[in-house]
Amino acid sequence: MKFAVVVFPGSNCDRDMYYAAKDALGQEADMLWYKDANLDGYDAILIPGGFSYGDYLRCGAIASTSNVVKQLREKAKQGVPILGVCNGFQILLEAGLLPGALLRNEKLKFMCHFEDLVVENNDTIFTSNYEKGEVISIPIAHNEGNYYCDEETLAQLKANNQIVFTYKNNPNGSVSDIAGVTNEQGNVLGMMPHPERAVEAILNSADGLKLFQSMLQNWREKYVAGA
Amino acid sequence: MLQAPEVSPETIEQDKIYKEMGLTDKEYDMIKNIMGRRPNFTEIGIFSVMWSEHCSYKTSKPLLKKFPTEGPQVVQGPGEGAGVVDIGDGQGVVFKVESHNHPSAVEPYQGAATGVGGIIRDVFSMGARPIASLNSLRFGNLNTGRVKYLFDEVVHGIAGYGNCVGVPTVGGEVQFDDCYEGNPLVNAMCVGLIDVKDIQKGIAAGLDNTIMYVGSKTGRDGIHGATFASEDLTEDSESKRSNVQVGDPFMEKLLIEACLEVIHSEALVGIQDMGAAGLTSSASEMASKAGMGMEMNLDLIPQREANMTAYEMMLSESQERMLLCVKKGQEQEIIDIFRKYNLEAVAVGKVTDDKRFRLLHNGEVVADIPVDSLAEDAPIFYKESKVPAFYEEYQKMPAYLPNITDHKETLRQLLQQPTIASKEYVYDQYDSMVQANTVFSPGSDAAVIRVRGYDKALAMTIDCNSRYIHLDPEVGGKIAVAEAARNIVCSGAKPLAITDGLNFGNPDKPENFWQMEKSVEGMSEACLALDTPVISGNVSLYNESNGQAIFPTPIVGMVGLHESLAHITPSHFQNEGDAIYVIGETKPEFGGSELQNLLEGSYFGKAPALDLTIEAKRQAQLLEAIQNGLVVSAHDVAEGGLGVALAESLFTNKGLGAFVEIQGDVTATLFSETQSRFVVSVKVEDREAFERVVEHATYIGTVSNDDKLVITNDNVEIINDSVEALQQLWKGAIPCLLKSKA
Amino acid sequence: MKLVKVHVTLKEGVLDPQGKAVQGSLNTLGYNSIKEVRVGKYLELTVEDDANIEQQIEEMCNKLLANPVIENYEYTVEEGVTQ
Repeated sequence: MKFAVVVFPGSNCDRDMYYAAKDALGQEADMLWYKDANLDGYDAILIPGGFSYGDYLRCGAIASTSNVVKQLREKAKQGVPILGVCNGFQILLEAGLLPGALLRNEKLKFMCHFEDLVVENNDTIFTSNYEKGEVISIPIAHNEGNYYCDEETLAQLKANNQIVFTYKNNPNGSVSDIAGVTNEQGNVLGMMPHPERAVEAILNSADGLKLFQSMLQNWREKYVAGA
Repeated sequence: MLQAPEVSPETIEQDKIYKEMGLTDKEYDMIKNIMGRRPNFTEIGIFSVMWSEHCSYKTSKPLLKKFPTEGPQVVQGPGEGAGVVDIGDGQGVVFKVESHNHPSAVEPYQGAATGVGGIIRDVFSMGARPIASLNSLRFGNLNTGRVKYLFDEVVHGIAGYGNCVGVPTVGGEVQFDDCYEGNPLVNAMCVGLIDVKDIQKGIAAGLDNTIMYVGSKTGRDGIHGATFASEDLTEDSESKRSNVQVGDPFMEKLLIEACLEVIHSEALVGIQDMGAAGLTSSASEMASKAGMGMEMNLDLIPQREANMTAYEMMLSESQERMLLCVKKGQEQEIIDIFRKYNLEAVAVGKVTDDKRFRLLHNGEVVADIPVDSLAEDAPIFYKESKVPAFYEEYQKMPAYLPNITDHKETLRQLLQQPTIASKEYVYDQYDSMVQANTVFSPGSDAAVIRVRGYDKALAMTIDCNSRYIHLDPEVGGKIAVAEAARNIVCSGAKPLAITDGLNFGNPDKPENFWQMEKSVEGMSEACLALDTPVISGNVSLYNESNGQAIFPTPIVGMVGLHESLAHITPSHFQNEGDAIYVIGETKPEFGGSELQNLLEGSYFGKAPALDLTIEAKRQAQLLEAIQNGLVVSAHDVAEGGLGVALAESLFTNKGLGAFVEIQGDVTATLFSETQSRFVVSVKVEDREAFERVVEHATYIGTVSNDDKLVITNDNVEIINDSVEALQQLWKGAIPCLLKSKA
Repeated sequence: MKLVKVHVTLKEGVLDPQGKAVQGSLNTLGYNSIKEVRVGKYLELTVEDDANIEQQIEEMCNKLLANPVIENYEYTVEEGVTQ
């Protein structure tokens, strides 16, 4: 399986994402600089965290206007799996690939620590290796992770099973404790917590690895004969 | 604000304008002598910043020479952007600490943020990828609105900058004492990783090679920052706000990536960041180090504001700028690399062979100075030193012996002292995990970062107990180094080297200079004994407010190497049933202790004694035991003594407790701050082997699973307290102080 | 040249923690009459004269300057600005 990691100016979890796919998962991965990125030929696209364009104006807003995001929209339509983490989630929201928006944390402070997440939906290509209701330990590191959507959207998210992860102890004020959501088709996942930082026991949790393993297994089932 | 290049050389001399820039009459005469004429306004400005303490170390140089700086592990000692130590496999660890005290006192958010940015540039300008940041902060006690504001904004500034550039902030320390109320300390340390073959130097070599400028445009911000940092803080420092630079971490992140690509270009000769004294210091130092001269055309400098004068451009401290020396004819290669990152590299000058520092502006020569007089040959002053009367009084005092009846309550109070209390409020705001290498983040004795792809890791810490140094600078200086090494050893690593952040008061006062002298002597002795040479550092003097100096605060940043990931050892107890040992004997030593502060509200008497031979031996034995797999956890005994160390070892949220039996004087055993001690836990089956390796290890009890800390003496229960309750007090103390109304 | 002044504010109903914090501080300082604070952004755009300016500003606000999910915007255009 071949992963693309899209690198924007100011991305800073790009290498972490790359190593998660390459070393922890043992698959092919390329880091693609946003200017000349060509997303063709990749089986999954990872949008890493960081501070694209310094988070100036609004987190993710400036990156969402770039050419590579146009390609991303096409790939999303085609059903290519796309994972956006932290700033990557913010970019996907600003690009309209996922519903809702992210506001500043309720306590107005950047927060970085491990949080317990509940796997709300394990019927996705990103979470099939988890149990439904499983509690996993994944770090958060954000200042604008307070997920917001209006009530109508929230009702839709619930009805379509788009809420994939929730916080066990809501750290940032997110609506309905939401930590990660998918699009309607289920091939685009955005989440604030960082699964790529929790892929080895030495990093104090390997709970994030199953997310990447789920992606791999679903890809194999779909494309590799006899898998 | 000084303006006007119209001020003539004659007026500068007659009206002593140079004094407003921080130069003395004597220094002016030296400059006139070097120039063979009266310097013009731009030239005198250039001298004033280059001869400031911040750039020239004119006062501290004679002391810095005392530091041991050599050892087989040292690849690059002091003198470059940062020092480098060998860690095997062709790799080096690069690190340095730098202060940003005065800017932070005036504009805490930007002061702290740009401090972080500056030290990160020092590290990547060496060619290293920054892999961790640490910081050491000092504030007044958290009982005034102003101190709370400074504290909150400094932390906010470090977070704002550090989080954005993608370098994990993995460790640090915060202490609170009244002496820092008007003059907080903000010292930032950065650690980088490099392939030794890629080490860069800040040199401008090769006649006619091109000098290129990259990064943010030059504005009027920070003019005279370097001289500002070399003056006492006074009431009107607030009005110097315009001196403070504004940081752009996004630009810095682009610079990091671009520079780490540029170092692999064969076209690059030298690279240096524009730190204090901006363009002036980077350009003149690069030329002077290479034994060359430099000519720059200031019309070519990218400018953010219209009509900037030569003086303003040369003294600007706009952030996120780098100066490069590039082989003539190969400029395009460099330009293309930077363009990829949306950065512009601009040719602004060339290397000359006349050892002059020559600047052109609007077709005229606006400065022409012998370059060595700015850098290598800047003057050195030998200051007068005098033993302070208070030191002699402290030495004569009888030993301070506190009388405690309720040890349980005392332990509870100690855990809530801000210097001991949990700093989670602070470090939760730092991204400590980006880069996905963080094994131990803040809250451990030392932070641990694994080296990806190898069976090794780096331990790092930053430390200084200035109370002991106030009481006795020589002993306190030794303790500062020894304690940093204890932190490193507890994590299972071998200490490699240190960077020093020397923060002192006004050196013109002989008593202050004596403190500098003695602490440097003490530190040097400890560095020799523990084989941790000094590879980089920073000096910040004039840390005073309204005539009152801070406690002498020579901060020690230390890095160590785990030769195997298996050696990484936590500071907290891990398993029920493990045996608890205290290593080292305890004497009744309370001078400068947290208990003295709690009971008396001040520090006096003698600092705790330190025997470096015992210290070195004990650290070596503990490290050997750890490397042999005989130690489950190790934590050094520091502020608050054994009682606090035991409690801290239990703050794991695992529901563990401890049952401990102590001998001798209860107050001393629990709260004395005798040096060279550790609390460790050991598997029962390893006890015998452990005791064979480590001398002076006393078995004191067992880790339990009942969430209780029970301490008995001769079968009398001294303390029986809930670990969870203690942890809540320890965690809640700082948020609680911040919330309480001033 | 024209000067366009754009104000971006959070939509009514969207929680504004920053505004709440500012309000709290103002109340602590004794300004008890302050019942609500909403924090927004203010942008100044210096623009070449163009007949279509209003339509373009609308577009820019919708595409980039404001996030329609959580933010409202309003703007004014001032004529005859010299740079």
